Amino acid sequence: MSETQLRAPSFPAPRAHPFDPPRLVSELRESACPVGRVSLYDGTPAWLVTRHEDVRRVLSDSQFSAEGGWRFQSSASRVAAERAETSFTVMDPPQHSYYRRLLIRHFTVKRVERLRPAIQAIVNSAIDEMIAGSRPADLVSQLALPIASRTMCHVLGVPYEDHQWYEERSEVRSLLDADPAEAQRATQDLLDYVDRLIDRKQRSPGEDLTSYLAAELLEPGLVTRAELIAILRLLLTAGHETTGTMIGTGTLVLLLHPEQLAALRRDQALMGPAIEELLRYLSILHSSIVRVAKVDVELGGQRIRAGDGLIAAPAQANKDHRKFPEPDRFDIERDASGHIAFGFGVHQCLGQAIARLEMKVAFEQLLVRLPGLRLACDPADLAYESSNLISVRTLPVTW
Amino acid sequence: MRIRVLRERCVGAGQCVLRAPSLFDQSEDDGMVVVLAQTPSSEDERAAIAALGACPSGTIRLDP
Repeated sequence: MSETQLRAPSFPAPRAHPFDPPRLVSELRESACPVGRVSLYDGTPAWLVTRHEDVRRVLSDSQFSAEGGWRFQSSASRVAAERAETSFTVMDPPQHSYYRRLLIRHFTVKRVERLRPAIQAIVNSAIDEMIAGSRPADLVSQLALPIASRTMCHVLGVPYEDHQWYEERSEVRSLLDADPAEAQRATQDLLDYVDRLIDRKQRSPGEDLTSYLAAELLEPGLVTRAELIAILRLLLTAGHETTGTMIGTGTLVLLLHPEQLAALRRDQALMGPAIEELLRYLSILHSSIVRVAKVDVELGGQRIRAGDGLIAAPAQANKDHRKFPEPDRFDIERDASGHIAFGFGVHQCLGQAIARLEMKVAFEQLLVRLPGLRLACDPADLAYESSNLISVRTLPVTW
Repeated sequence: MRIRVLRERCVGAGQCVLRAPSLFDQSEDDGMVVVLAQTPSSEDERAAIAALGACPSGTIRLDP
């Protein structure tokens, strides 16, 4: 294969089924050049990394930078959204390390476990409300998203009354086909919102992360106001979108595999492994995890030049049969550990303990309280978002 | 087998705690890795190896 392809395939590429990789990815992964040239929405070239070990390497090797990745997002509106990012997610060590370390203690497994009673209450109220309403219900908007959003509000001290407002603006930033100017406005709106939230919490602190961070970090000058705003804006969106998607689309996967759902009901001990397998199987991040080569480097037999962009997404890594035999099969009894649904390297998801806890409580309660839960439509009629996340748009259910 | 950690690399992902809760914890003060048992029992050796592989920042080292 020559070093430059005259007509590099377009990315993102169409999927035959929303949960399966595009054929482009599977073919590249098995080819002699598993790091393949692709062409983004405006013709910008990028490298698509398709093997698990290569994605792991890109995400953990300091020769690949998290800075400047916005250039390699998948659409004009995604570029507009990411361009404005200034938080530690787009920094490399040692700069990244400084900010990350200021936050770690709030996100440890033990600290997060203290949220369990609040999450239980949130999940149960959401189920109460859904079952008090009419059937069929939309599990996405009536259960999955409210659980994720209310939990984020509880953690950050954001008023849930504002949820429609910030959910809409978060969504615009995630959609692939949004108007770039709207994505930019939405980003600024969220930054301004967080700025006002910090103000309120400084005047009247509560038992929430915004208040703690304002007191611990902002007041002593460990971060600037702009830096805290960027961090909190990140937590606001990351704190509800991804988890809401996993709860909603994850429930769909369970409903599509009734034998495994039944096994889960019989044996609670399968819940942990089932969640890991849902994370692996769905790998909701398919295009937005990008890195930029700092130097010329060889990867997967390909020569990468300094400044080249690489798409190193979980969706590509987690369906590599070298790591996960029969990767396209959903199987809660497989060993899904080693999946990189939460990423890898120093940027691995800070909120993953919260995400796991929310999913555990949500699925546990769903199984217990709605034993008859089932799809209220033909799975072929379901629609999926065209966004940076693989996500079902609505999920009609009955019980 | 002896567990060694390069604490300055830790990013608090908590994978070590998930894989080997009898061997690793996260500090209450700064959230960074704490080694609970420097020499794992033979039953825990597999978990130690799993933790090494799962650590996203290369913080965990195992010496013979």
